[in-house]
Amino acid sequence: MAAPATAEMLDVEKDELTFGFIKLTDMAPLAVAYENGYFEDEGLFVTLEAQANWKVLLDGVIDGQLDGAHMLAGQPLAATIGFGTEAHIITPFSMDLNGNGITVSNEIWDKMKPHVAKMDDGRPQHPISASALKPVVEEYAAEGKPFNMGMVFPVSTHNYELRYWLAAGGLHPGFYSAENITGQIGADVLLSVTPPPQMPATMEAGTIYGYCVGEPWNQQAVFKGIGVPVITDYELWKNNPEKVFGITAEFAEEYPNTTVAITKALIRAAIWLDENDNANRPEAVEILSRSEYVGADYEVIANSMTGTFEYEKGDKREVPDFNVFFRYNATYPFYSDAVWYLTQMRRWGQITEAKPDSWFDEVAKSVYKPEIYLEAARHLVEEGLANEADFPWDSDGYKAPTPAADIIDGIPYDGKAPNAYLDSLPIGLKGEQTVVGNEVQG
Amino acid sequence: MATVDPDFSAAEAKEARRARLFTRINKADAWFKVLGLSFITPILKAIAGDNPRAQMKEIWMLLGVPLMSILIFLMVWANLAPKVQTSLGAIPGPSQVWEQVINLHEDAQRTSAKRDAFYERQEERNAKLEAEGKSDKVKWRTFTGKPTYYDQIWTSIKTVFFGFLLATIVAVPLGIAAGLSPVANAAINPMIQIFKPVSPLAWLPIVTMVVSALYTTNDGLFTKSFLNSAITVTLCSLWPTLINTALGVASIDKDLVNVSKVLKMNTYTKITKLVLPSALPLIFTGLRLSLGVGWMVLIAAEMLAQNPGLGKFVWDEFQNGSSQSLAKIMVAVFTIGIIGFLLDRLMYAIQSMFTFSNNR
Repeated sequence: MAAPATAEMLDVEKDELTFGFIKLTDMAPLAVAYENGYFEDEGLFVTLEAQANWKVLLDGVIDGQLDGAHMLAGQPLAATIGFGTEAHIITPFSMDLNGNGITVSNEIWDKMKPHVAKMDDGRPQHPISASALKPVVEEYAAEGKPFNMGMVFPVSTHNYELRYWLAAGGLHPGFYSAENITGQIGADVLLSVTPPPQMPATMEAGTIYGYCVGEPWNQQAVFKGIGVPVITDYELWKNNPEKVFGITAEFAEEYPNTTVAITKALIRAAIWLDENDNANRPEAVEILSRSEYVGADYEVIANSMTGTFEYEKGDKREVPDFNVFFRYNATYPFYSDAVWYLTQMRRWGQITEAKPDSWFDEVAKSVYKPEIYLEAARHLVEEGLANEADFPWDSDGYKAPTPAADIIDGIPYDGKAPNAYLDSLPIGLKGEQTVVGNEVQG
Repeated sequence: MATVDPDFSAAEAKEARRARLFTRINKADAWFKVLGLSFITPILKAIAGDNPRAQMKEIWMLLGVPLMSILIFLMVWANLAPKVQTSLGAIPGPSQVWEQVINLHEDAQRTSAKRDAFYERQEERNAKLEAEGKSDKVKWRTFTGKPTYYDQIWTSIKTVFFGFLLATIVAVPLGIAAGLSPVANAAINPMIQIFKPVSPLAWLPIVTMVVSALYTTNDGLFTKSFLNSAITVTLCSLWPTLINTALGVASIDKDLVNVSKVLKMNTYTKITKLVLPSALPLIFTGLRLSLGVGWMVLIAAEMLAQNPGLGKFVWDEFQNGSSQSLAKIMVAVFTIGIIGFLLDRLMYAIQSMFTFSNNR
């Protein structure tokens, strides 16, 4: 542990804080900031509390029982624009890149396998497109059986990633509309909400045939022998943004120094997690495997946290960037990340009406707060706890457009032109289209 | 014969001592019964030399049979458990569960070591601030680590008693009113009928919303989660007390009621001197049932709402899905059972202190 800095501690307005989290490996920055004493170095006394599901967690932050939380990137955005619960939530810190996977049950995998290309050694070739799933879904449809899959929350990365994968493979995941918020209008595959830790059990019970969730719940399925992860989100979209740390706008306004101090501690934790080529990961896995954090077995968490990913049992492959906590500016809250989430909300009808490009930019700027992030980073650089070169000081908040090669369907993404991006996606709402009843109009 | 037997008085004294000893044993027996340790009586009697054969039979019934049944239970469990394969591995047997008991204990010790380290660091920090003359910056904060297993047990016990106390405060006066006045009884009865069967899981969302709306402070005397659990316990556990109190009050001996009329007692005196003492055995029966219901409800409420306590422990472990989770949940199951039993004994003990017989 680095010695606390010589610089003056920030004068925190509120020093007793409670943060919520969901049992997922990407909550690691919170656990590490606590266990390595980074919060205490900032004069913060933090209690970390596991939450039952994303809804409870969001409500906790909104009504003040929690001061902040490990959140789905879509949550602060959806809350701010008033989809679901309405509240102004902001984020000064993006928690990680990648870290999710899509898993199907053994039975579905057996049916998919004949449609999957093989490598020379006989193992399936990755990434696997949803077009391999298409004949299976059609088979179910012919028998009149609905094809159910699980995701963790309506505005979760997982919902959008699963939809992205399905749509890229020619399967329709269904629209949302103002009257019908099940998201199953016109769907080939019916998606429903299940909290992350319950995913394997729900699939085992046969309620869903597959799911998209964060770790360790894909590796858990492999470990238990009940399912096979078919694709990681790294293969879906290289270095896609994932969770964020969310607080209410009032909190940031009322306690500005506390907000910066929290961000400092979290950045330090992220640096520690990626330091020296993931050298600290085994220690991080040990922390996460404690029952108060993720609590799954060490081996299950280590599978994905230490740069590998096990697809079928025994088929363990290198995915060094499966979990990224700091490199590639993972923690900087880019507006373009926010815009991507908003495009997906629009694509599937959660945002019911067309919005101009300027609207996407405005919403992103009201939720993502790189200025707080950079202030925290500046303090850390001055205290000698971080390198000047590691932060994008002059960014305008937009990442360079993601090239076609980094996304599974080969459609590039530019956060500065959200409507043009929406128009380039074959499945999904575009232009002035709206969903009325069960029809897409316009 | 007038021969003075020198041993006679000694034998008499011995006999008297023996009689006194048995009286004492019999007296203590009441307490052993309360504590659930009634098997001690025949053992003491046998040691004191009372017909060993009869006592052996008693000991066998009170100690041997229960021990045998526990032993058989453990054997059946140990043999059958490994045969059930779950996705988390085989169902743990007694020895794995015992391992987790030790594990949880060691975990609690580690946490308390961490707590000590936290306070030590705080001392140092504050001492340094003092030395630098910044006394205004000195802060004393409580440890923020995770609660140990013992903390969880203690939280649950506190919550159940608070909820039970609230239930008693509401139920006993209402019950007395219902027992004394047929009008009040007719008025309260429909509520009892409708609300009694409602599951805690249905109350919880309502309680949560109402508490959040009314109890807006975040640094009050109680935390919201504590109030949510406790009030849910109250809502579910007040019915047995209410019903039994009403029944107890309504079935007071008519002679006693007539006496009170002759003596022209006012209502207060009537309630304190006559109604309460007569209804006490039934009230206590109600309280015992209430506490039992409250304990069951509490665990369910904690599981659903993730409020601190044993219920949260169980749910967290279920979500963890580690290879130790099932065994840890079983530890919690036994803890819940044993505490439930102790709570019942406690109420029984209080009951036997306050009431003399069951039908007065």
